[in-house]
Amino acid sequence: MIVNEQIALDHGLKKDEYSKICKLLNRIPNITELGIFSAMWNEHCSYKSSRLHLKKLPTKGKQVIQGPGENAGVVDIDDNDAIVFKIESHNHPSFIEPYQGAATGVGGIMRDVFTMGARPIANLNSIHFGSPQHKKTKNLLRGVVHGIGGYGNCMGVPTIAGQTNFDSSYNGNILVNAMTLGLVKKDKIFYSKAAGLNKPVIYVGSKTGRDGIHGASMASASFDEKIEEKKPTVQVGDPFTEKLLLEACLELMAGDSIISIQDMGAAGLTSSSIEMASKGNLGIEINLNKVPCREAKMTPYEIMLSESQERMLIILENGKEEQAKKIFDKWNLDFAVIGKTTKSKKIELYFDDEKVADIPVNTLVENSPMYDRKWKKAKLPKKNKIKKEDLKNLKLIDVLKKILSNPNVCSKEWIWQQYDHTVMGDTIQKPGGDSGVVRVHGTNKAVAATVDSSAVYCWAHPLTGGKQVVCESFRNLISVGSKPIAITNCLNFGSPENEDNMGEFVECVQGIGEAATYLKFPVVSGNVSFYNQTKEEGIKPTPSIGGIGLLKDYKKMISMDFKEIDNIVLVIGKTEGHIDQSLFARNILDEKNGPPPEINLFNEKNNGETLLRLIDLGYIKSAHDVSIGGIITAVAKMCIKGNKGINLHKPKYLINEIEYFFGEDQGRYIIEISRNHQKKVTDILNKNAVHYDELGTLNNNQLFINEKTKVSIDELKSYYTSWLDNYMRK
Amino acid sequence: MKSSVITFPGSNCDRDMDVALKKFGFKNKMVWHNDSEIPKSDLIILPGGFSYGDYLRCGSMASKSKIMKSVINFANSGGMVMGICNGFQILVETGLVPGVLLRNKYLEFICKNVFVKINNKNNTYFKNIDNDVLKLHIAHNEGNYFCTNDQLKEIEDNEQVAIKYCNKDGVADEQFNPNGSIKNIAGIFNKEKNVLGMMPHPERMIDPYLSGEDGSIFFNNLINNLK
Repeated sequence: MIVNEQIALDHGLKKDEYSKICKLLNRIPNITELGIFSAMWNEHCSYKSSRLHLKKLPTKGKQVIQGPGENAGVVDIDDNDAIVFKIESHNHPSFIEPYQGAATGVGGIMRDVFTMGARPIANLNSIHFGSPQHKKTKNLLRGVVHGIGGYGNCMGVPTIAGQTNFDSSYNGNILVNAMTLGLVKKDKIFYSKAAGLNKPVIYVGSKTGRDGIHGASMASASFDEKIEEKKPTVQVGDPFTEKLLLEACLELMAGDSIISIQDMGAAGLTSSSIEMASKGNLGIEINLNKVPCREAKMTPYEIMLSESQERMLIILENGKEEQAKKIFDKWNLDFAVIGKTTKSKKIELYFDDEKVADIPVNTLVENSPMYDRKWKKAKLPKKNKIKKEDLKNLKLIDVLKKILSNPNVCSKEWIWQQYDHTVMGDTIQKPGGDSGVVRVHGTNKAVAATVDSSAVYCWAHPLTGGKQVVCESFRNLISVGSKPIAITNCLNFGSPENEDNMGEFVECVQGIGEAATYLKFPVVSGNVSFYNQTKEEGIKPTPSIGGIGLLKDYKKMISMDFKEIDNIVLVIGKTEGHIDQSLFARNILDEKNGPPPEINLFNEKNNGETLLRLIDLGYIKSAHDVSIGGIITAVAKMCIKGNKGINLHKPKYLINEIEYFFGEDQGRYIIEISRNHQKKVTDILNKNAVHYDELGTLNNNQLFINEKTKVSIDELKSYYTSWLDNYMRK
Repeated sequence: MKSSVITFPGSNCDRDMDVALKKFGFKNKMVWHNDSEIPKSDLIILPGGFSYGDYLRCGSMASKSKIMKSVINFANSGGMVMGICNGFQILVETGLVPGVLLRNKYLEFICKNVFVKINNKNNTYFKNIDNDVLKLHIAHNEGNYFCTNDQLKEIEDNEQVAIKYCNKDGVADEQFNPNGSIKNIAGIFNKEKNVLGMMPHPERMIDPYLSGEDGSIFFNNLINNLK
C-alpha cells in the first residue's frame, strides 16, 4: 500500500502533521512507518496539547526520587523503602466494553508499577458514570466493577479505596481511572532508559495478537454514533498471565542482569521500544519475525501497533539470556531475543529479511508536535437565586435523609465488597474510610492512599476546583493520621480543540499547581485523557488526584467511626455556610449557579498540620474531613460507622441552621476527643490560630439536633446503605 | 511442627499463609506445584488464589498438577491437608472432599467478614477450641457449596460439615448465608476428618489491626492439637 494524505488522515493525523512527517523523513513513509508515527504522535502518547501546561506543575520535593517521565513516580519513605505509584485513565475502552476496558486499565497501571521493580501493594480507582436514570449506566457500572475486581482480585493485590460519582455529563463518556502503589527497595528501582551497544532486546510475556490495534488512537478521538465499531480496538485482559509476569519479572529483578525494562502499554511494541531508545539516546534494531505471535500471518504493521496485554520489553546485559530465559520458562511465559541496541539512533525493523521501517528516534519523540492550543478563561460563576425564606421551610432531618441516600454520598459497599481488599494481609483501613491504609509489610510503617475528584467545583470555577481537589486529597490523608507525601493526577477533559474545554484544562492545572506547591505535595506522575466527549458534548472537567501519605507508626492510624459515648465532637476550621455548588443546593434546591467554596491554602495547611500534631499526641479518637453534604453529613457518617448517636448543637453565631450544617466550606475536619483532653486540645488549636466549634457529645444511638429534633442512627443507616443495593439488585 | 504450603501458578494467598503459619510457630516451607515430593510435614496447605487463572472450572487444572499426586497420597494415608478458598476448590476437584463449589448466588465476588459456627469439634482442626463461633473473612467468586441430596445425607451422617455461615450468636439460617451455599456450609471434612476444605481465610485475621483476630484462635488451637 502506498501511503498518501488520506491514509494519514484516517490514522488520526492532521494534514500538517503528515507533511511534517514527510519532511522529517525526507520521503513518504511506508504504511508501517505511518502507523508508528500515528501511534507516537496521537494525544494519548505525545501529550501534544498538554505538555506545555504540565511543565508548570511542581514535581520536586525532598522525598521525590522520580518525578513524571518514567513509568511511574517514586517517593522515599525512609529505611531504604520507596513507594512507586501512578494513576491512569482507561475511559474510552471502558465505555465501549466495560469489563475488558476496566480490567485492562487495572492491568496496565499495575504493569507500570512493577516495571520499576516494585511489588504492587494496593490498588485504587476513581470511576464516574452518567445519571443513574440513563439507560446505559447500570450495565456500565456493573461491567466496570466486575472488570476492576476480575483483574485486581486475580492478581492478589488489595483494592483499598476509591471513588464513584454519577453525573449526567458522563452519560456518553464514563471515566475509569485506576491507580496502583508498589513497594520497592530504594537501591533496586528499575528504569526504562536503554544503555550500552549491542545489548540484547528481549520480549517477554504474552504473545502478540491483533487485539487493541490503534487503541491509543481511539483514546485520542471523540465518540460518535459508530462507537460500536470500535470494539476490536479494546484489548482483552488476562490477569493470570500478568500474575505470572509479575512474579517472573520480580524474580529476574532480584539479580543484576537487567539494564532497562519497559512495559508494553498504549501503542505496544512501538512506544516501548522507542521510549527506551529515546531515553538512552540509542538506536534499536528489531527482527519482527522473532516476536511471538498469537495469530498467523500478522504483518509488521499489526505487530507494531498491537496492544495485546501482559507484555514487557527488556534490555539485558550480554550473556545473561540463558539465565533469564530459565526464569520465564519456569513461569510458562514467552521469552524471545528480538533485537539489539545500536548506535544508529534509529528504530530499524526487519521482517522476512526486508527492512520495513527506518525512522530516526528523535523524529518520533523530540520532534513530535506540541501545540499551544487556544483557550478561553472561564467565566465567573453566575449568582445563585436562593432565597433565605426558602430555607426556613425545610426540615433538617428530611434533607439529611435525602442527602445520605444521594448516589454521590451513599455507601458504596456494593462496589468495594466485590474487590478483594484484604489479600496480602496488611490492609488496616478498608474502603469506605477517608483513605485506604496498608502496612509496609514487616515494618511499623503504613502508607495511606486516596483518590478524589470534584467535577462540580471544577465546572463552576476551574481554578478553584483544581485547588480544591488537591486539598481534599491532603485532608483525606491527614484524617487517617498520615503525613501527605505526593500526588499523581489523571486529568480527564473534553476536546483540547475546543477553547472552552482547553480553558478548563489550563485553569484546573493551574489550580492543582498552586495548591500542590503551597502544600509541598508535588505531582510525581500522571496521565491526561482528552476527548472525553460524544459529538459536541464534553464531560465536566474532572481531574482525579491520587494522594499518598506515610504513617511512621501504623498503630497511630485514625478511622472515622465514632468511638465512645460521652466523648466530645468538634469541627476544626471556620464555617461560613457556603451553599453554592453544594450537594444541598444542587440536589435539594435544584440550584446549579454560584461559585464553589473558596480555598484558603494557609488555613488548609495550618488546620491539617495542627490536626496531625493532635493525632501524634494521641488526643484524637476519630476524625473525618468535611466534604460534600457539609458538617451534618460528615457527622452522620461517623455515627453510622461507629454505631453511636450525638447531641448536636449549632453554635450561636449568625448563620442559618441549614447553611451551617449543609454548607461546604473548605479546610474542615470533624474530630472526636475525650473530655479529659478537651482543654489540652483546645489550647493547641487556639495557640495555632485554628478556628473550631464545639458540636456536641456522643450518645448511644440517636441524633439530636439542638435538643428538639431527633432520629435514630439505625434509620439514618438504612438511608445511607440501601440506595446502591436497591439500584443494582432490584 | 512442620508445614508445607503449595504454590500453584496463580496462587496469591501463599505468602499470607506462610506469614500466618510462622507467626503461630510452624516451620513452614513453600513447595512449587511442579515438584513431585513434599518435604516432611505435619500439615499441608493448599492456599487461596486463582490457580491457572481458574479459566476452566476453579481448581480443576491445579488438581491435576504434578505435586497433587503426593498431596493425595499424603491425605489418603491420614496426613493433615487443609485447603483454603481456591485450595478448597482444588480439594473438591480431587475428590478428597465431596461436593462442588458454584458461583456465588448474586454472581458477584464477595469480600467481607462473616461469622462461622463450628459444627464439629471432634477432630484435630477444632478439638479443644473454646469458641463456638469464629469471625473470619471471605473473598471469593465461587464459594456456593452444592452437593446432591444423597451426598448431603452422607455428609451429615458422617458429621463432615466443619463450619457453617451464621450470625454472631451462631444462628445459621439463610439470612446469614453470603453466597447461597447449601445448608450454609462454609467448610467440610473428608470422612476421616484429616482433610478440611473451607472458604474463609483464617490467615487474614491474625492481628488486631486487621479485620479481626479470630484466625489467631484457629491457628493457636491447631498447632497445639498437632503437638
